[in-house]
Amino acid sequence: MPGFDFSNYNRNAALHAQGMPLPKATSTGTTIVGCIFDGGVVIAADTRATSGPIVADKNCEKLHYIAPQIWCAGAGTAADTEFTTALISSQLELHAMSTGRKPRVVTCMTMLKQHLFRYQGHIGAYLVVAGVDPTGTHLFTVHAHGSTDKLPYVTMGSGSLAAMSVFESKWKAELTQEEAVELASQAILAGIWNDLGSGSNVDVAVITPEKTTLKRNLIKPNEKVPKQQSYKFARGTTAVLNEKIIKKSEIGRYVSVQEVPLESDKMEVDS
Amino acid sequence: MTIDGIHVDMNRLKKGEVNLGTSIMAVTFKDGVILGADSRTTTGAYIANRVTDKLTRVHDTIWCCRSGSAADTQAVADIVQYQLGLFSMHSGKPPMTQTAASIFQEICYANKDQLSAGLIIAGWDERFGGQVYQIPLGGSLHKQPYAISGSGSTYIYGYCDANWKEGMEEEEAVDFVKNSLREAIKWDGSSGGVIRMVVLTKEGADRHLYLPDTNYAERHTENVSL
Repeated sequence: MPGFDFSNYNRNAALHAQGMPLPKATSTGTTIVGCIFDGGVVIAADTRATSGPIVADKNCEKLHYIAPQIWCAGAGTAADTEFTTALISSQLELHAMSTGRKPRVVTCMTMLKQHLFRYQGHIGAYLVVAGVDPTGTHLFTVHAHGSTDKLPYVTMGSGSLAAMSVFESKWKAELTQEEAVELASQAILAGIWNDLGSGSNVDVAVITPEKTTLKRNLIKPNEKVPKQQSYKFARGTTAVLNEKIIKKSEIGRYVSVQEVPLESDKMEVDS
Repeated sequence: MTIDGIHVDMNRLKKGEVNLGTSIMAVTFKDGVILGADSRTTTGAYIANRVTDKLTRVHDTIWCCRSGSAADTQAVADIVQYQLGLFSMHSGKPPMTQTAASIFQEICYANKDQLSAGLIIAGWDERFGGQVYQIPLGGSLHKQPYAISGSGSTYIYGYCDANWKEGMEEEEAVDFVKNSLREAIKWDGSSGGVIRMVVLTKEGADRHLYLPDTNYAERHTENVSL
């Protein structure tokens, strides 16, 4: 029969009812920001990916390509941000070829919101969409449930509060490109230092009508440096109280030896 | 907005969903209709957008005020905007407010179990002038001389009932909307930010913006829409 197969859903529900915890998706507990300046837009992100309390990747990429002049910063479920941006990027390229025009940021934003709305928030993608197109410079946020906002400066992810505090105290209208990059970087750094879900380096992308520049690891404030001391114990630190040599032939006296089962009668794995 | 014991409507929102905590209203006056809204959007206790535009255009002189889930109301408004665009191109004339309200109701009623959208539709058309329609959560449709909605509206039922008059002048109606929303914002924690307004007459749509800096006294003329 064609269509979706939901048998695994029933299996997982039964397993969960018996007390098995559901698997956790890798989430980019992230700080991402975006900021418009005179003549373009800048977006930035930290580079930490987490899985529960574990740092899954110390230098991941959260700035996604959509089109040459449209880029996206992603927070939420890592796999979802990765695949949604890739899917929309593909559709937008085909759309651009069929219309014979450059893709627009509003088109990208609309496709993203309609895709995410259809999945009612189950696709955990929280995005900052930025770009320059023939109609001008644009900056949007798109939430997982499909709502969008249009603002001159935006933040998202677990570090959004720290980042927004920087914007709210330092942002001004009519920024230069350099000022915007500096401001966005400072916002990300606020997330890196003050949010547990964010960390490592700062990635920045600058989009102008002329070109897009991806500044990968623009700031690396968490570089691993060689240990200043050797923590190896010097030889002879531990005193030897006695020494005894056991011969291989006498090993049976110390451990029990068992025959390895034959290939034919393998262990029963599934019930 | 699910852990907020006061606003019962909000229990329908999914966890982590972006909410328009909202004070919105629309009133008819002598020459047309005025829509008004605060600008606060929240996710839980965090203000996700302090300058939100909750007044959404679905046609040149038909607009709506959105409350409830941001995602749901945007999706519905986008569909209606498309339908009205198509309708006006087919018929070669602008649609009536009632038509817009009917399309809204169709969507809100058919999908009532999945939507949390409280809408006010207001518009001006050649035949009926200014009109206001309200669509609450269940998808019913009510034609009213004026409508208030959203969590903040509960605080201003008395004020509006005491102060609203049939056939006000534009300036008088603008002051009525502004003063009502000022009270709603003052008492409702889920409402705040700037006051946005749209005046719909035969002249078209005119946008107003009032900032809290001056206690919403001065009208601002720059950067009125985002």
